[in-house]
Amino acid sequence: MGETVHAIIRNYNGDPTRLMDILIDIQSQLGYLSEWTIEQIAKSLDIPKIDVEQTVSFYHFFTKEPRGKYTVYLNNSVVTGFYKVDEIVKTFEKEAGCSFGRVSPDGLIGLFSTACIGMSDQEPAAIINEQVFTRLTPDKVKTLIAGMKDGKTIEQLKGSSYGDGQNANPLMKATVKNHIRKKGEVIFSGDYTAGDALRKIKSAKMSSNDVIDIVKKSSVRGRGGAGFPTGMKWEVARKAQGEPKYIFCNADEGEPGTFKDRVILTEEPKLVFEGMTIAGYAVGARYGILYLRNEYMYMKKYLVSILQDMERDNLLGTAIGGKNGFNFDIRIQFGGGAYVCGEESALIESAEGKRGEPRDRPPFPVEKGYLQKPTVVNNVETLCTVVKIITKGHEWYNTIGTRESRGTKVLSISGDCEEPGIYEIPWGFSVNDILKMTGARDVQAVQVGGPSGSCIAANEFGRTLAYEDLATGGSLIIIGKNRDLLKDVVLNFAEFFREESCGSCVPCRALTGMSKLVMEKIVSGKATVSDIDRLVSWAPIMKKNRCGLGQTALNPILTTIKNFRHLYDEKVKGNSEIINPAFNLAAATADYEAAVKN
Amino acid sequence: MAKKIIATASLSGCFGCHMSFLDIDAKILDLIELVEFNKSPIDDIKKFTKQCDIGLIEGGCCNDENVHNLLDFRKNCKVLVSVGECAIMGGLPALRNMVPLQECLEEAYLNGPTVRDCNENKIIPNDPELPKILNKVYPCHEIVKIDYFLPGCPPTAELIWNALVTLATGAELKLPYESVRFD
Ligand SMILES: Cc1cc2nc3c(=O)[nH]c(=O)nc-3n(C[C@H](O)[C@H](O)[C@H](O)COP(=O)(O)O)c2cc1C
Ligand code: SF4
Repeated sequence: MGETVHAIIRNYNGDPTRLMDILIDIQSQLGYLSEWTIEQIAKSLDIPKIDVEQTVSFYHFFTKEPRGKYTVYLNNSVVTGFYKVDEIVKTFEKEAGCSFGRVSPDGLIGLFSTACIGMSDQEPAAIINEQVFTRLTPDKVKTLIAGMKDGKTIEQLKGSSYGDGQNANPLMKATVKNHIRKKGEVIFSGDYTAGDALRKIKSAKMSSNDVIDIVKKSSVRGRGGAGFPTGMKWEVARKAQGEPKYIFCNADEGEPGTFKDRVILTEEPKLVFEGMTIAGYAVGARYGILYLRNEYMYMKKYLVSILQDMERDNLLGTAIGGKNGFNFDIRIQFGGGAYVCGEESALIESAEGKRGEPRDRPPFPVEKGYLQKPTVVNNVETLCTVVKIITKGHEWYNTIGTRESRGTKVLSISGDCEEPGIYEIPWGFSVNDILKMTGARDVQAVQVGGPSGSCIAANEFGRTLAYEDLATGGSLIIIGKNRDLLKDVVLNFAEFFREESCGSCVPCRALTGMSKLVMEKIVSGKATVSDIDRLVSWAPIMKKNRCGLGQTALNPILTTIKNFRHLYDEKVKGNSEIINPAFNLAAATADYEAAVKN
Repeated sequence: MAKKIIATASLSGCFGCHMSFLDIDAKILDLIELVEFNKSPIDDIKKFTKQCDIGLIEGGCCNDENVHNLLDFRKNCKVLVSVGECAIMGGLPALRNMVPLQECLEEAYLNGPTVRDCNENKIIPNDPELPKILNKVYPCHEIVKIDYFLPGCPPTAELIWNALVTLATGAELKLPYESVRFD
């Protein structure tokens, strides 16, 4: 055991900033991070034990207790709830012989739940020992657990029918499906050959300033949600003092209902890596880091081999494309399961081996980012887009989309529709167009941009997806009329934010918890009008939080109060403001009655 | 101006808030010019004899008697004020909220070092005359609507005095920074 720990630490040259990788590798080999292991890590890295502890305790997938030879993480996101997940849960518990949150008495199977794992178009899904299992049914669960009891390997459990496209790649062998329903002109146009943009830079003798100039002229905006102009970000990073500079590709994709980056990375990984390389050229960065969510660990071997291919083809490494002095290397940094790590400064903290707590800004990452050096963080899709812009020109790009929103958007669509999956469409489509495209009927609501976005009702389905109207990072969850919007959707999101708040800011930490309690009260019909008013009154306080998570955490509640007020009113109808309807004296004294009876 | 009528109660509190109230010292003479007391331990009136304007509640609810008392206050007072930490948050008594009631009672009556050897019949007091203990200690606003909260453990005499004068006269309440800061 000691040898394993020390060998892994040596692999990372005893570098404490690589603590995440060290913990991930050790846990992958030993199953968990014991007190003893943590002590060994602290000693070898020469850092306080508490520093190791706090990183371990922050991430969902790190554990100090064994979680079973087979560890099941069943997704508990909103969309999973649409597919009778209760039956799946029951079957898992019955067959495994333990309840969720526990390990079976023989230590064989651990059952845990986890936030959205990026499979909303093929729910219910679970991660078992780093591999993804989708479209679970009670029967499938029975077979899986029986297989575990027979000691099958995870490969055997997966079976031999893999997903489409590169999912079936021998290095991935994933049962995951792409579900690319609509290919657009930019990302999935199918006309990309690795090195296209690099060759163009060479043949057209583009300087790094030329690249930035074209990116600016194309007015491409960040696809990670905030819509920040990419060219501007690169320019600031280029001018910033400090060497070496870094390019991060943000593939944390933690927003429930979002899974587009998974599909892009599966089908067009070279496009992503070339995008990082182009960014590196433009900014003058020496290193690139793909920050990939832990849930996508099943892609590791595949993506590493792609990086090796690109190095072999001189698309990465030194003197790239024969251009002397143009050196760029990419490594993959895995996360540990924390939505907040998608926030760029938290992502950087995490990549430095720390808790994923957002930083105070300024300074912004472009000035002082990874290891305090200038760092650009861009979304997967943003980087891919840039490659196409360099290859085909900004004039071409500017003909697609709307005035303020150029190009296409890759949408992750899930929920109550016939064809959930990936749709790449030019900006400017209306929600109605999309509902038609996906075969959605009897729609009650659409959650645009994930829980941090907004939940809209039919009267707004005519609005268009574009920065000038309904901006979105790309996820749409379609919610049918048969759903209990407050219970199945809003309450689930409230629990999500309570769980994912990093806890640094008091309003975020306290009000995500309190709003969940108030939502429970509302859903159970025990709330009053003043409870609803209370939720609304917290909106300005939440705006004071440090990062986007806290600033948007009440959005599921606030946007449904705005757009579906009648649902709230029905729940509080007739309830007294004077005597709390949630208090029940008989229930409150039941424990006492039981205690004195014995 | 007619005198405002006030009532006060100590539920699951330590009477510290009431003692703090009495710390207004000689101002009590001004107070009786301003208000008339109804049900309160201060004048020992046990039952409401008329509708009151202001009710001051010290302590949270730990048993059913507290609950009935609080409901009675809510019914009989136009404005209800939670006074002090226990009324507002449950306070010290709420420390037991982390332990299931059964365990609490067993520790208190059966297993604790001072009772272990003398409670021969292993009885947890169960006389019907006794108030029934609630499963946890509740802050007052989890049971009835509370209009105002006076924080402190106890709130200072000055704060209680100022709040009362404000409620009785309708004047504006001056809240010094010290009384509302949170850290
Ligand atoms: C809580 C939170 C989660 C985020 N998650 C992601 C994410 O998963 N992927 C992403 O690209 N951006 C995410 N962002 C936005 C990033 O902070 C950042 O703006 C983005 O990666 C910049 O890339 P872009 O300019 O290409 O959009 C998140 C922001 C917040 C506040
Ligand atoms: S807003 Fe929430 S998630 Fe963001 S830094 Fe503050 S506590 Fe952490």
